[in-house]
Amino acid sequence: MKPASFDFLCPDTLEEALAALAEGGGEARVIAGGQSLVPMLNMRLARPGLLVDIMRLGTLRRIDTSGDEITVGAGVRQAELEAWTNLSRDLPLLAAAFPWLGHVQTRARGTVCGSVAHADPSAELPLSLVTLGGAVSLRSRKQKRKVKADDFFIGMMATDLAEGEMIEAVHFPKARPGSGYAFREIGRRHGDFAIVACAAVADDKGLRLGIAGVDDRPRVFALPALDDDQFDDALNDIAWSLNARDDIHAGARYRRELVRNLGRETLKEASRCRA
Amino acid sequence: MKSLETAGGLIGRTVERVEDAGLLTGRGRYIDDLPVRRETAHLAILRSPHGHADIRAIDTAAARALPGVFAVLTGDDIARLTRSMTVGVKANVECWPIARDRVRYVGEPVALVVAENRYVAEDALDLIEVEYETLAAIVDPEKALATDASVLHPSLGTNLINERSFRYGDPEAALATADHRISIRIAYPRNSCTPIETYGVIAEYDPGEDAYDVTANFQGPFSIHAVISRALNVPGNRMRLRTPPDSGGSFGIKQGVFPYVILAAVAARVAGRPVKWIEDRLEHLTASVSATNRVTTLEAAVAADGRITALCWDQLEDCGAHLRAPEPATLYRMHGNMTGAYAIENVAIRNRVVLTNKTPTGLNRGFGGPQVYFALERLVHKIADELGLDRLAVIRSNLVPADAFPYRTATGGLLDSGDYQTAIDRACAEGGLDALRLRRDQARAEGRLYGIGYATVVEPSVSNMGYITTVLTPEERAKAGPKNGAQSVATVAIDPLGSVTVKVASVPQGQGHRTVLAQVVAERLGLPLEAVRVNTELDTARDAWSIASGNYASRFAAAVAGAAALAADRIRERLAAIAASQLNVTADRIDFKAGKLFDRDNPDNAISFGRVAAASHWAPGTLPDGTGHTIRETVFWTPEQLEAPTAADGINSSLCHGFIFDICGVEIDRATGQVRIDRYVTMHDCGRILHPGMVDGQVRGGFTQAIGAALYEEYSYGGDGSFLTGTLADYLIPTVMETPEPLILHHETPSPFTPLGAKGVGEGNCMSTPVCIANAVADALGVEDIRLPLSPSRVSEWLYGEERAPSKPQDSTPVATGVSGERLLTGSGSADVVATRDSVWTMLLDPNTLKAIIPGAHEVRKVSDTHFRAEVTLGIGPVKGRYRADIRLSDMVAPEAVTLSGGTEGALGSGRGTGRVTLTETATGTRIDYRYEAAISGKVASVGGRLLDGAARVVIGQFFQALARHAGGGGPPSAAAGFTQRLLSLFRRHR
Repeated sequence: MKPASFDFLCPDTLEEALAALAEGGGEARVIAGGQSLVPMLNMRLARPGLLVDIMRLGTLRRIDTSGDEITVGAGVRQAELEAWTNLSRDLPLLAAAFPWLGHVQTRARGTVCGSVAHADPSAELPLSLVTLGGAVSLRSRKQKRKVKADDFFIGMMATDLAEGEMIEAVHFPKARPGSGYAFREIGRRHGDFAIVACAAVADDKGLRLGIAGVDDRPRVFALPALDDDQFDDALNDIAWSLNARDDIHAGARYRRELVRNLGRETLKEASRCRA
Repeated sequence: MKSLETAGGLIGRTVERVEDAGLLTGRGRYIDDLPVRRETAHLAILRSPHGHADIRAIDTAAARALPGVFAVLTGDDIARLTRSMTVGVKANVECWPIARDRVRYVGEPVALVVAENRYVAEDALDLIEVEYETLAAIVDPEKALATDASVLHPSLGTNLINERSFRYGDPEAALATADHRISIRIAYPRNSCTPIETYGVIAEYDPGEDAYDVTANFQGPFSIHAVISRALNVPGNRMRLRTPPDSGGSFGIKQGVFPYVILAAVAARVAGRPVKWIEDRLEHLTASVSATNRVTTLEAAVAADGRITALCWDQLEDCGAHLRAPEPATLYRMHGNMTGAYAIENVAIRNRVVLTNKTPTGLNRGFGGPQVYFALERLVHKIADELGLDRLAVIRSNLVPADAFPYRTATGGLLDSGDYQTAIDRACAEGGLDALRLRRDQARAEGRLYGIGYATVVEPSVSNMGYITTVLTPEERAKAGPKNGAQSVATVAIDPLGSVTVKVASVPQGQGHRTVLAQVVAERLGLPLEAVRVNTELDTARDAWSIASGNYASRFAAAVAGAAALAADRIRERLAAIAASQLNVTADRIDFKAGKLFDRDNPDNAISFGRVAAASHWAPGTLPDGTGHTIRETVFWTPEQLEAPTAADGINSSLCHGFIFDICGVEIDRATGQVRIDRYVTMHDCGRILHPGMVDGQVRGGFTQAIGAALYEEYSYGGDGSFLTGTLADYLIPTVMETPEPLILHHETPSPFTPLGAKGVGEGNCMSTPVCIANAVADALGVEDIRLPLSPSRVSEWLYGEERAPSKPQDSTPVATGVSGERLLTGSGSADVVATRDSVWTMLLDPNTLKAIIPGAHEVRKVSDTHFRAEVTLGIGPVKGRYRADIRLSDMVAPEAVTLSGGTEGALGSGRGTGRVTLTETATGTRIDYRYEAAISGKVASVGGRLLDGAARVVIGQFFQALARHAGGGGPPSAAAGFTQRLLSLFRRHR
């Protein structure tokens, strides 16, 4: 379990990093916290020719609060966001999601943007980002662009990130007064990949439910009010629409039931929080 | 045994562990910490991606040519320098540590690379090309018995490698006259007690003496030393085996390092330099050692009052791909106590051992106990339920009477001591059973799912080295000569300054043997704990050892600590004689305390321990006549109760038999199926307790691993033999978050057969806890067929009724099943392209087009019109691997439909699949519909099972995405093609 050989670049400027990514093409990958990439390197599942370490780029290691969104730079570790003073005020959904996110050790190293870039279909941060209607800032040597989170996640570990591009930051919309948020998850053990994770928002626009662990990417749905006759039908149809599959940890049926049971409970909790 | 008067009072106290200061400050010396010679090379192992396949060819030329590679070895190279490993039953079968012409489990070694470092060695592994021809795999032990089943070992002609039937008393008559016959069928899964430190071997060969010198974190039993020496074709004295000072857990597993000892030894010989190998976690989970999975049918003859008069066992044991020593010991270790804690006179047993395409089995904490007690204790619950009796009453009415010890069981075991009735009464009272029942009733009244389970277990310890010969017929045993006993050995030595050293062949793996030995010997010699130093490293070239040496069968406290006490007593006796002569009293008046020897009747008449002890070194002439020296005393001790199997197949398989009674309360969440252990009480009788803190540590450790077996852990295999739990994200070991706090109780009835009255305690909860939890879950849900592990998804199948249908029909792809029963990855999709059907058809048959549209194709060669070979790079996200693909076209209906079938082979694993492509003309061009099914094995399946379905969809989607692009696609994608739709939209965005 030793990686194949690769070049390692630890640049001091973003420009240097972007130049290396542009030149490296498909062979180059960004490494930040390494909590997903390093095991894949060690198992030789991933064999990049060049790793570009972005953790020395001070400009990426910031949490910015300007306007109505919280911008988390690519160098911000999960533990740093978790410990951020205003987390429960401005990002209550994330405050609820963090306890489910791996382990204290992986959060201490792993970055917020790294989890988004990895795009594991059961991951909590991509789910939260999609559910809140956040966005991803992408940067290459030639251009900057901002993509809506729901468009960024394409499938199983597949994102809209192009060759030579890196995530510069992710943007979480700030919680608005009078909105309720909740996060629930079922995994085999504490800290495991979610079998089903649910993130819910209740606000003046209605109910939204984000679901991870079932489809190939986090999905978000609008739902009618809990007391609406259509509510259970809508949730049931969502459960069926997600292409639930069997794996060694849980059956497709179980995942659908969790979407129904856990989804309802999470929406209830978000509604209670709003009230 | 004689009881000894002691003055120190160290035994029975929770003294600070002498090991901890070093271990907790990072000063442990594990095998990977040991210094090696400068020229030491590193070994890496190429392993089979297939569960069952013939090896057609192995090309190692490129690997050999890689700079830094010293040697590449295949199975034939190993076979030239070794002999087949000894197999424990009479059977025409060979057992090699590496595959020769066939692989029989995923992870089986296929080739070895020795290189200057592990990185280069693994680079070289990637360069070895193996041509496999896959065979149908056998994963299910019952299917292994089918007449048309694929046979793993052609020389054997069958997968049933051994069958024996036993009969004790008159089970047929008991069954015929019984009021009730009640039976249960159990399929116990595969799991393992996973040590934190993996295997490690450092091997060297001296051509001058034709001798091997190996350091390995092997745990024993050292009967395996004989297997290694024979395989390496050297006398035992030319196979020096050493163990490191520390070992990071074993739980039986590190017995299984021995095939790698052989491989590393030969690799060192061929490479002409020392070789080091440290197993990685993927290797460990895939291919180290597993416990056996077993299918058991157990039937009881039962009287109306719940008394069991006969037990009939039918055990089908799955030992994996090879029967490796000491298997089938898992099946026979419990033979003497197949009646558990119960007095049952009539027993019938049929034991069958089958080989399947899974990792070979070996030692594992609990060794045979979990499988046996799961069946027995589930049956006892069922008996009570079927007869409408109280479960505890049924347990109590069948117990061995308290005045019957030592009690000879029907199958020949000799239960040394116990008072099961009192232990159960105390557990119920001190464990709060009445309150627990109220809690259950209240929960049920509120509509919650709550259950209580019990388990009653006799925990054997100190194995009879002859028990495994019970697998032979009495005639075969007579021919081979009797095997019995369990030699344990301890040396107590005193140096010229009078300090005491203890040396044992116990090979601890973290338990704290050094602490307990210091307690025992210091107490015997009237010394403070720190005056005794203990060394537990073992070197077969220098230390006293025998076949029973090592760390297994919970033998330490009962046998090894006992032997140390005997050695200390011998020295004590001589010290007393020397002191008596100097103090002018008789030896029987000498007592030992606080570093002094003194006249018990006149304590002022004293002499220091050091002075007496030094006499043998500095002034041997002063020793009284007839008194031996006190420099060193080695005691070998084997208990007389461990006799060879009788002609009637009676066997006292273990010296000691502890007792456990567990009570468990569980609550099950109706919505999620999660099992929460609300209360757990575990009562132990392990005889005399030497160190209460360590005994509780053993109970907690076994309990935690049993929680794993009950709720989380399973070595999962696909029907094609692919291994699905190659990481700790899929093989789920409980952490402190998942482990409830048990209430641990003790009831001590000292063993009359061991020097200190102690019995083993380490394995009991691995035997009792899985079935206790299962009984509680059965009680909560009212279901009988409980299969472990009780994952929420599995439990939910008992909870959920008919599923609510969707409001509109779903385009769901049914899960397909392959010919050998494996679950296949399946999918379908479609794409619309703006090209004519004929042109799309032509593209599908053209190598140049295929090269352009097969994801990551580097080269496509046309072998024939319907056969292509390609080199491709496939993957999703960062996960990419290079594969050789072989694609065939069939069922061609030009230009409408074609079936693509083929396989890929690469370092990350292999896949095979079939896809049916149909082309339909549309207004704007052509619509391509495809359905596929695929099976994937090898590393990718072992570490990425959770993601495989999605990954296959991505890769196959990539193909059609590329086809659409090549054909100038861009028409509106079909609504049914969820995933392809997204891929195509992605593609459009990038264009």
